[in-house]
Amino acid sequence: MTTPDYPRAYLYKRIVAAKLFMDSHFSDDIDLLNIADEACFSRFHFIRLFKAIYERTPYQYLMSVRIEAAKKLLQQEHSVSDTCFSVGFDSLSSFSGLFKRYTRQSPTEYSHAYAARQEQIREIPLQFIPACFADQKSWTQKSNFEEVN
Amino acid sequence: MITRLNHVSIFVLDQESAYDFYVNRLGFQVHTDAAMGPGMRWLTVCPPEQPDLEITLMAIEDGMMFKDGAAEQMKQLVQKGTFGFGVFECNDLNATYEELKAKGVVFKKAPTKEFYGYEALFVDDSGNWFSLGQKKD
Repeated sequence: MTTPDYPRAYLYKRIVAAKLFMDSHFSDDIDLLNIADEACFSRFHFIRLFKAIYERTPYQYLMSVRIEAAKKLLQQEHSVSDTCFSVGFDSLSSFSGLFKRYTRQSPTEYSHAYAARQEQIREIPLQFIPACFADQKSWTQKSNFEEVN
Repeated sequence: MITRLNHVSIFVLDQESAYDFYVNRLGFQVHTDAAMGPGMRWLTVCPPEQPDLEITLMAIEDGMMFKDGAAEQMKQLVQKGTFGFGVFECNDLNATYEELKAKGVVFKKAPTKEFYGYEALFVDDSGNWFSLGQKKD
């Protein structure tokens, strides 16, 4: 199937629509060939155009969306196995391996590290805020913000 | 000697609305979201490829930062679109423009060829405007 000579804007809209579809249906069993058909491209042209725009193949992009969604679920203290199946993986080992490749941490390590940081933010929030802003907001006991010149 | 910038502030009218805009529409990551007491919040976000640059979504409130009615003046200036806080970059301007439009981001200027390259202009939920350009090859 050859791609008709549409104006570039129309081509972009179709590729972006496919990307947004993946963003909202990432946990489904997505058939990328169907997405290419829906966008009215041959599979070859769809992958080529997608990669030219997003610097990743549609499959690589879909995996990255699933991993980002997994991070959010782990932040909400979902279990690793629940997270795995919720974002569209059907194998715990595949999910864990891919997660570690993307984040350099296992899902469990990521979950624990995130929880520990959130605990620190809750307990000692001023540690995360530049002192000048904390003073300006009167979040510190003393204010030493004064003009130097 | 100064080596880098690690915080920059954008003044916003409502931090919850700004969270939705910057995180859910622009796709930024939350860096720090700290509750500082009733109605007080320290919220920073960062662009996906700059995890060390914290963009502070700064509430405009009466206090040491804004004295003697300055907070109200500042809110009006922000709402009028007085401030342009910077230039963002993307890999593909046309694709990013179509995607952000689909997500409800308001553009003041569609991708346009200028003498320095291609540029679009969008506004955030408070009224602040930003230039959006394409990464140079």
